[in-house]
Amino acid sequence: MVLFFLLGSLMAVAGASGVVVARKPVHGVIGMILNFLGLALLYVSLQAEFLAVVQIIVYAGAVMVLFLFVVALLTAHAKPPAMGPSPLRGQGWRAGLVAVLLLTALLPVGVVVPGRAEPWEGDFGGVVRFGQELLTTHLLAFEALALVLMVAVIGVVILVGRPPQRRRGARGEGGS
Amino acid sequence: MVINYLEVGIFALVAVAFVAITLAIGSLLRPKNPYANKLAPYECGEIPVGDGQVRFHIRYYIFALVFLVFDVEIIFLYPWAVVLEQLGLFGLVEMLIFLGLLVVGLVYAWRKKVLRWV
Repeated sequence: MVLFFLLGSLMAVAGASGVVVARKPVHGVIGMILNFLGLALLYVSLQAEFLAVVQIIVYAGAVMVLFLFVVALLTAHAKPPAMGPSPLRGQGWRAGLVAVLLLTALLPVGVVVPGRAEPWEGDFGGVVRFGQELLTTHLLAFEALALVLMVAVIGVVILVGRPPQRRRGARGEGGS
Repeated sequence: MVINYLEVGIFALVAVAFVAITLAIGSLLRPKNPYANKLAPYECGEIPVGDGQVRFHIRYYIFALVFLVFDVEIIFLYPWAVVLEQLGLFGLVEMLIFLGLLVVGLVYAWRKKVLRWV
């Protein structure tokens, strides 16, 4: 249990710092994948099986594809910024100081409130239990979700789809 | 329950180690003599044209966005497939309604011709 937490948090922190440190956007994306895998491991250690699967398939899969698309669209020929003098003067260590202060302010909360140490009994959080609950008790929410997803597809088509082609005698070239 | 996932961890470890060890053995044994022609990217024997990192066409982006929606759909097929045997016909009808609603979106995109490449 502790091993899972240590490995997961280590992966998440390493991935996050990789995102910050990386000079090339693609390397930042890879760091983010590592971060997501670490978070999935943390979810598994919290008995949230389904959430871990969602984390890997949706975030590390589909959302990362969107990130890569943006990277490939915008920065294909961009040179990584030269390692000259940073435009930030002193903001870096101040931000670090504030972060350390916030974490020390949060530390007593973690010590005073112990949280739940023993695992949930039974198959709580498992995929089987989740599926049963989703498809029987929360059926309406499940179907409403399909409606929301359908609205999302239609919204995508309306927002980034092709504008309606005006007929000007012959067919247009199609280039937009 | 968490301990069940130890197998997954071992499997991932073995998978990574397999690649790493194979590449390490290769780099130890092979002769090392790089020159510019050898390091050039292989494009079916032709001399490479242009850069490896090309700018994607913006039109691909809509496929990525639609893929994201259907990826979320896939994620709900997973718990459904696990419990389908217990739910029987009821579960099948539920999922058919779910998929039917999503197919409406797909048909809309199709009719609007955004899936067609000009």
